Amino acid sequence: MSKTVLHQPLAHDSAALYVTGGAGFIDDKSMPENCLSIALGLSEVAHGIITTLDLTDVKASAGVVRVLSLEDIDGVNDASPIMGDDPVFADGKVHYHGQVLFAVVAKTAKQARMAATKAKIAIEPLPPILTIDEALAADTLLEPPKRLSIGDAKTALGTAPHHLSGVFEIGGQEHFYLEGQAAIAVPGEAGALQLFASTQHPTEIQHKVAEVLGTSFHQITVDVRRMGGAFGGKESQANMPAIIAALAAVKTGQPAKLVLDRDEDMKVTGKRHDFKISYQVGFDDEGQLLALDVMQASRCGMSFDLSAAIAGRAMMHAENCYFCENVTITSKMCRTNTPSNTAFRGFGGPQGMVAMERIIDEVAHHLGLDPMIVRARNFYAEKDSAQAGQLTPYGQPVRDCIIGALSDSLQEQSDYLARRAEIETFNKDNLWQKRGISLTPVKFGISFNKTMLNQAGALVHVYTDGSVHLNHGGTEMGQGLFTKIRQICAHSFGIGAQHVKISSTNTDKVPNTSATAASSGTDLNGMAVANAVSAIKERMARYLASKYDGDAEDVRFEAGHVIIADTKLGFAEAANQCWQGRVSLSATGFYATPDIFWHEEEGKGSPFYYFAYGAAVSEIVLDVLTGEMRVLKVDILHDVGHSINPAIDKGQIEGGFIQGMGWLTTEELVYGADGRLQTHAPSTYKIPACSDRPREITIALFDSGGNPSETIHRSKAVGEPPFMLAMSVHGAVSHALQSVGKGYPDLQAPATAEEILRCATRLAK
Amino acid sequence: MKSVIEICLNGEVHHIDDVRPDTTLLNWLRLSAKKTGTKEGCAEGDCGACTVFMRLQRPDASGRLVDEMRAVNACILFMPMLDGAVIVTVEGIAGPDGELHPVQQAMVDHHGAQCGFCTPGFITSLYHLWRDKQVLDDQEIDDALAGNLCRCTGYGPIVKAAKSLADYQSPAWERARLDTEDAFLAAYHKGDESLAIKAEGQHFYAPRTTAEAARLLAEYEGAQILSGGTDIGLWVTKQHRQLSCFIYTGKIDELALVSPVEGGVEIGAGVTHNQAMQALQDAPEALQEVWRRFGSAQVRATGTVCGNVANGSPIGDISPCMLALDGVVHLTSQAGMRKVSLDDFFISYGVQDRASDEFVSALYLPDLPADTRFHAYKISKRFDQDISAVLQAMRLTVKEGVVTDIRLAFGGMAATPKRAPATEAFIMGKEVAKLAEMDFSDMIAADFTPLSDMRASAAYRLQVAANLVRKSFIVEATQKQLYLAKAMGEG
Repeated sequence: MSKTVLHQPLAHDSAALYVTGGAGFIDDKSMPENCLSIALGLSEVAHGIITTLDLTDVKASAGVVRVLSLEDIDGVNDASPIMGDDPVFADGKVHYHGQVLFAVVAKTAKQARMAATKAKIAIEPLPPILTIDEALAADTLLEPPKRLSIGDAKTALGTAPHHLSGVFEIGGQEHFYLEGQAAIAVPGEAGALQLFASTQHPTEIQHKVAEVLGTSFHQITVDVRRMGGAFGGKESQANMPAIIAALAAVKTGQPAKLVLDRDEDMKVTGKRHDFKISYQVGFDDEGQLLALDVMQASRCGMSFDLSAAIAGRAMMHAENCYFCENVTITSKMCRTNTPSNTAFRGFGGPQGMVAMERIIDEVAHHLGLDPMIVRARNFYAEKDSAQAGQLTPYGQPVRDCIIGALSDSLQEQSDYLARRAEIETFNKDNLWQKRGISLTPVKFGISFNKTMLNQAGALVHVYTDGSVHLNHGGTEMGQGLFTKIRQICAHSFGIGAQHVKISSTNTDKVPNTSATAASSGTDLNGMAVANAVSAIKERMARYLASKYDGDAEDVRFEAGHVIIADTKLGFAEAANQCWQGRVSLSATGFYATPDIFWHEEEGKGSPFYYFAYGAAVSEIVLDVLTGEMRVLKVDILHDVGHSINPAIDKGQIEGGFIQGMGWLTTEELVYGADGRLQTHAPSTYKIPACSDRPREITIALFDSGGNPSETIHRSKAVGEPPFMLAMSVHGAVSHALQSVGKGYPDLQAPATAEEILRCATRLAK
Repeated sequence: MKSVIEICLNGEVHHIDDVRPDTTLLNWLRLSAKKTGTKEGCAEGDCGACTVFMRLQRPDASGRLVDEMRAVNACILFMPMLDGAVIVTVEGIAGPDGELHPVQQAMVDHHGAQCGFCTPGFITSLYHLWRDKQVLDDQEIDDALAGNLCRCTGYGPIVKAAKSLADYQSPAWERARLDTEDAFLAAYHKGDESLAIKAEGQHFYAPRTTAEAARLLAEYEGAQILSGGTDIGLWVTKQHRQLSCFIYTGKIDELALVSPVEGGVEIGAGVTHNQAMQALQDAPEALQEVWRRFGSAQVRATGTVCGNVANGSPIGDISPCMLALDGVVHLTSQAGMRKVSLDDFFISYGVQDRASDEFVSALYLPDLPADTRFHAYKISKRFDQDISAVLQAMRLTVKEGVVTDIRLAFGGMAATPKRAPATEAFIMGKEVAKLAEMDFSDMIAADFTPLSDMRASAAYRLQVAANLVRKSFIVEATQKQLYLAKAMGEG
């Protein structure tokens, strides 16, 4: 081989398995005959006191082996990631419609499901708090309001030449990973338990299962080969199914499997937080932002889950790409009787950012300017400019900003100005259809907000035939992490990717891992793997240099060979000789992100190692009589630094955009007055389908010259940032509506046909 | 009478005599045949992760056996419905030595899979395209893939893979596979027996004639007529209903036809939506468009036109269209056949003018009278593969710019598909040009009191229904269509 595998558009490492049906997911795993199936019994009341939970008929139902409830928990009754407030089985009270009351373990899944319907349950209802408004009125906050601020927003609002205030409501979002939550537990010797789970966080499942069973972490092994999608929904929400499967296995002594069906999954598990954001903004005649006061209220559901960190990220993205000297951001985390909302691609960032884009849009409308002009006027200073390093509201200097250059480039490539002019003409000539266009930018902070989590480990083995096996702490959920890691490892050893095998993520291979989340998979694990590979290469170089009379520092690993002075060995031969020379060919690797810190008390710090940037132009057309809308054309320019795999990165960008578009358009979670989720299946909850994707879509990677921060091969994280590119769709709808009549459209999210018609009707009056 | 289900799965013939009739193909594949490539994503026919390729043969009007290729949702098909079918799952597509089939290679080459869970469904949908029609335009690809949800890729790479199929050659080994299928079908069609299965207290009958179906229906109290199963499948997978007896209409050859008759066409009970769409190429564009957006390719492949009308659903798309088009149902029992106008058929929620021993054997669709046009608009949260919030269907006769006849029907506005008498009366005799400038809100409010639900609020339903009436007249007056539902722009 002559070319390195780095920067090549390699296919996903499971591609051939995916297309032949050979890629196994949890429910596909071949299990012994005695493997049991589990079904859940759920609350049909959103808030109340359990007065009767009679499981006699459940136990007597055909095929039932065991029924599990509160009294079967020997350790702690908790599935929560942090705060200890997510009971595995409801304890006395129920806090949301869909909360787990008990579980049935039976010979078949069908028998378990049938049995679960036979419980006699009585719950004395209490008034539920369902919405953000109800929670604010009743003051049921999870914790006192939090604040970030810089400058003096209050004074600056008073003196600003222009002032606007408004309220923007942003709906939640169901993850709709195609594979539902699933786990298998297999009992082993002397209290050991092996779990197979569809989770982004095997270590957390290891911990939670041990705590619920009242045993040590080393008794529990968690294995994850792949997930059928996750998007944040399997960061903490995978705990409960794994815990119940573990309980079933321990109590019966047989392997046990819990696979949530679609309706259960949607009713039981948390989603993206919906937000209600109220704001006041002060600005000058040119649209320069002078003061910003934002209050973010989020629906967290019945417990904390990861809400504190999510609300925190929403606050830290409330200003998106815009520098403002006087900013106050307040966050109120509302406790409600709904599923506990959780991580979802962007982790609060999208809600904070889309509200900021809405504010800019309204400022531009107020001044009669193209919003693009207002945007550009307020961007953080570019990295090479004299003003580089302007502070965010949380005090981090923005030193790597490229959004000005990136959006200029996109404006030109997309012919934004000419198209906007054409659209204005079209809208004058057409009464019943209106078009709109919008360019929105993205700046997204990369690193877990919590500094502690920014660490990763790896384990690399070289075998004597030159093949390499590795494990790392990251999990594969379709994002192509394993493929990129394989490329990083193969590149470093100078061998072909086919010589590197990555097997399932496993807590007994790499311990104490962080969740694969915060877009950090490749940044953290890639570096840990590279460190492990370097350790092995150093040992090999030292030994081979002494054997072949070379200098260890000059030994090269390239094109399938190891070159020592005048000697050129095939990689396999080199590995074998090292083994014969009693050199260890196995190493662990570790990485901790440098230079980041966060002071929780002051709300200040430098929590992000760097920022990822991107921008998109979307053009839409809408029907004034019905509110129907179609996205016509999208141009994306996104910054991934030096891409490790451009095909995978573009795939993340395209997929993220469409998922974000769904969030802001057709995806609507509807709860009844009784707190029941009415949209709990794809028949009623509408993620984008094939034809919703714009016919014209261009995706280009911005040539930024690589990440200024020392990331793995100067690449940038790509999992979450592109999701927010879809804000341009919302902006384009607002633009189209502005030609229906005078006044600001006040378009909320999601922009369903119903919401669009509401705005159009009001504007036409 | 036979009691064994014969299928050809991935080239292997199976004789199945040990299943409870309501066992779904998906569960049989995964649990009995141990083929886990086919996935469950929703168990309601809405996500396509369980899509498999199906081929069957049915006789045309002249009795000649005709091939039908289908992509179907395995999660809502009962095993006995597959008697005589060739089924190909994701495991049965690659070559004998594991060589990837072109549809698989195209998906790999274009990075069409990320998490891989929906991929088997896309592979089988693409395989259906490969077998049925290889050269496709953008609209055909969108339509063919509307029933397959992907949450990772944003679809672009999959569409590219679909478009590239024409660049690939059929592999040499593909011919032998078709020969195996042909041999199975030839052997199967030598017999023409009815199928009768009884297992775990549940009966299933697949009669071969209308008379036999009527006799069975009279004989078994509480028997459930089953056609495509796109609704009844969910009774089992979602509601866990225990049905005692199914009478399946899909094997009655005489009801599997669209037949021209005096003044119109008759659509038999076994006619699927796809079949009707193809047979009724001359139908009004608006009706074709409703059909194009009806469910998905998978749903249209098994769901029947008569089934959609017979179940009386207030949100079925075909009923309001047929109501506006003055359709008539044929109800058959042992006593014979009677005809009921759709004006009289829908009585109240879940209740139709159908006795328990009768079944809908056909739907009569009259030709459009002179000077008459048909307008239909479907409003849903998502354009494709969604259930209507509101569907408006209008048959309009205009003479010299004045409305001389109108039949205006709605879905989603009442407990049944329902006409709008006050609005119709208001419109009669008025000029189209004037109607195009009118507000119909008061008339629609007089006709309907819709519900608020997860699809739309009552207020939106009322407003959009009134606007759709106006939209129909705007289109009538300007002769310029205002669809957004079809994707626009360059491919």
